[in-house]
Amino acid sequence: MSQFAINIMFVGGSFLLYIAIAIWAKAGSTSDFYVAGGGVHPITNGAAIGADWMSAASFISMAGLIAAGGYANSTFLMGWTGGYVLLAMLLAPYLRKFGKFTVPEFIGDRFYSKNARLVAVVCLIVASVTYVIGQMAGAGVAFSRFLEVDSTVGLMIAAVVVFIYAVMGGMKGITYTQVAQYCVLIVAYTIPAVFISLQLTGNPIPGLGLFSTHVDSGMPILSKLNQVITDLGFNEYTADIDNKLNMVLFTLSLMIGTAGLPHVIIRFFTVPKVADARWSAGWALVFIALLYLTAPAVASMARLNLMTTIYPDGTAAEPIQYDERPNWIKEWEVTGLIQFTDKNEDGRIQLYNDSEAFAPTAEARGWEGNELVVNRDILVLANPEIANLPGWVIGLIAAGGLAAALSTAAGLLLAISSAVSHDLIKGSINPAISEKGELLAARISMAVAIVVATWLGANPPGFAAQVVALAFGIAAASLFPALMMGIFSKRVNNKGAIAGMLTGLAFTLAYIFVYKGWLFIPGTNNLADTPENWVLGISPLSIGAVGAIVNFAVAFIVSNATEEPPVEIQELVESVRYPRGSGQAQSH
Amino acid sequence: MSAGHSYDAEAYWKANLRLIFGSLIVWALVSYGFAILLRPMLAGIPIGGTDLGFWFAQQGSILTFIALIFHYAWRMNKIDEKFGVHEE
Repeated sequence: MSQFAINIMFVGGSFLLYIAIAIWAKAGSTSDFYVAGGGVHPITNGAAIGADWMSAASFISMAGLIAAGGYANSTFLMGWTGGYVLLAMLLAPYLRKFGKFTVPEFIGDRFYSKNARLVAVVCLIVASVTYVIGQMAGAGVAFSRFLEVDSTVGLMIAAVVVFIYAVMGGMKGITYTQVAQYCVLIVAYTIPAVFISLQLTGNPIPGLGLFSTHVDSGMPILSKLNQVITDLGFNEYTADIDNKLNMVLFTLSLMIGTAGLPHVIIRFFTVPKVADARWSAGWALVFIALLYLTAPAVASMARLNLMTTIYPDGTAAEPIQYDERPNWIKEWEVTGLIQFTDKNEDGRIQLYNDSEAFAPTAEARGWEGNELVVNRDILVLANPEIANLPGWVIGLIAAGGLAAALSTAAGLLLAISSAVSHDLIKGSINPAISEKGELLAARISMAVAIVVATWLGANPPGFAAQVVALAFGIAAASLFPALMMGIFSKRVNNKGAIAGMLTGLAFTLAYIFVYKGWLFIPGTNNLADTPENWVLGISPLSIGAVGAIVNFAVAFIVSNATEEPPVEIQELVESVRYPRGSGQAQSH
Repeated sequence: MSAGHSYDAEAYWKANLRLIFGSLIVWALVSYGFAILLRPMLAGIPIGGTDLGFWFAQQGSILTFIALIFHYAWRMNKIDEKFGVHEE
C-alpha cells in the first residue's frame, strides 16, 4: 500500500470516528450545547481538556521551538503546564460553583455591569479568534503535506468535519470527540518518540532517555548534543541564559494566560461537582504532561538525529553529499520547508551557525555560509521519517496533527459562539429569547464562527502569527485578574474591575504595538523589536504578566476610592467560595 | 446553603487560602526558583549530562505541578467534609 493510501486510511478513519460520535452525542438543550449537560466525568473531562488545550502549536511546533532554543525555551514547557495549578486552585472550582455557561457571564454578574461583560466578550473574541486562525491554518498545512491536496481544500475538509460535530453536538459533541482526539494525538506523538528514544539511548521512556547515555558515543545524550552543536558554532543546548527577568516574566505570562483562556475555563463547567472540577484539573495536567514530558526528549533527540544525518562521520569530517541526502529531506524540500543552497558549490550540505565567532572556523574549512535551512515546524512531522519508522507511523502522525488542530479549534469556536449567543444575544440584545431560540442562535453563531475562522485560516491576517502575544497577553492582562479578584476579593467593585481590565489591556497592547507595529501593521512600530530596545529587557511577549500586575493594582486603588459592592454581590462572592449547592445553580 | 457568615465559613475559607498559599510557594520554587533563578546554585548537582536546574525546567516542574494539584484536590475534599460544605 502506498504512503498516500495509508495516510488517507488513518485520517479518514479518525474523521469517521469523530462524525459517528457527533451523531451519538447530539445536543438537545442549551445546557447540552454550552456545558454538555454538566454531567461529564472528571477523567473524561481531563482528557477533553488535554485535547482542547494541546493545539497544533503544542503538537507540531513546540518540540521544534525547544530544539532550536534548548534550555531557554523551557519556558513553554513550564508556562503551558503551570497554568493548570492556578486554574485548579484559583479559578476552576469557584467558577464551576457559580454554575453559569460562559466566562463573560461571571464577570458581568460579579461586577454587576453589562459593560464589564462586554469588555470580557471583546477580550474573549480577540484572543480566541487569533488562536483559532492558527489551528485552521495548521490543519490546512497538515492536509497538504500528507494528503497531497491544496491547503485551501484541506482547510475546507477540516472545516466541514468541525462543522458537523460542533454545530450538531455543541459542547456535548465536542467533549466526546475531544476525548477521541486526545487518544489519537497522544498515541501519534508517543510512538515515534519511544522508538527514537530506544534507538538513541535504549530507554523506552523518552523523558528518561533525555537524561540517559547515548548508545553510539557512550556519553550522556545531552553532552553529546552539546558537543556536536558547539562544534558547528551553535550555543550549548543546556546553556543557562543571562536575561532571567524576561524568562521569569515570559513563563508567568504563559501561566496566567493559560489560566485565563476562556476555551479552557469553560471545560470545567461540564463536570457535575466542585470537587470534580479540582480532580479534572489534575487529570487534565496528567494527560497534558504525557505529551509535555515527551516533547523535550523529542526536541533534543531529533536535533541530534538531524546533525548526525548531515555529519555521519562526525563534525570534524565532511558533511554528506547533497545527492546522497535521505528521502525525507527530498520530500520536505518539495514543500519548501527545507531549503538547500550550495553556496560553496562543493556538492555537500554544510549545516552550521553563521555567526561571527564561528567565521574563522568556517573559512578554514572552505564553507561559505550555512546551506541548509530547516523550518522548525517540521521536526515532529518528519520525526518518523528521520528515524526510518514504518509507513503506518507516518499516517498516525498525520491523523494526530489534525486531531490536535481540530480539537482546539472546536473548543475555541464553542467559546466564541457561546459568547455571541449567550452573552451578546441573550445577555444584551434579546433577553426574552426562548431556550429553543437561544439553542438555534448558538448553532447559527457556531456556523458563522466556523465560516469566518476558515476564511481567516485561508487568508491569515498579519496578527495571526502573534498568538502568544495577543491571546496569552490579553488573557493574562485582562481576564485572569478580573476572574481572580471576582472570587478572592469582596471589595473590588464594578468601577475597579472595568478600570483594571481596560488599563491592563491598554498597557499590554501598547507595549506590544510599540515593538510589533500598531495593530501589527508592518512599519508602524516605534522601536525595533530587539532586546536592546526592550524596557528592562522585557520582551513584548512577556509583558502580559506586567499587564496583570497593572490590572490588579488599578482595580484595587479604584475600588478602594469608590463605594463597596452591594450586599447581594458580596453574598454572591461568599456563595462561590463554598462547594455545597452547586447543582441548583445550573439554569437561571 | 445560607451564604455563611458563620465562624465555620470563615475558618473554611482561611483553610483554603492557607493550602493555596503553601501550594503556590512550591509551584514558584520549582519553576521560577530551581528551574530559572536558582539554577546556578544547583549547577553542582549533575544529572544525565547537565544539571538539576535543567531537569526541573524540562521535567521536574511539570511533575511537581501534577502532584500539587492532586494534593490540593485531595486535601480540599477533606476540608470540605470537615466543614460540612461538601456536595452529596
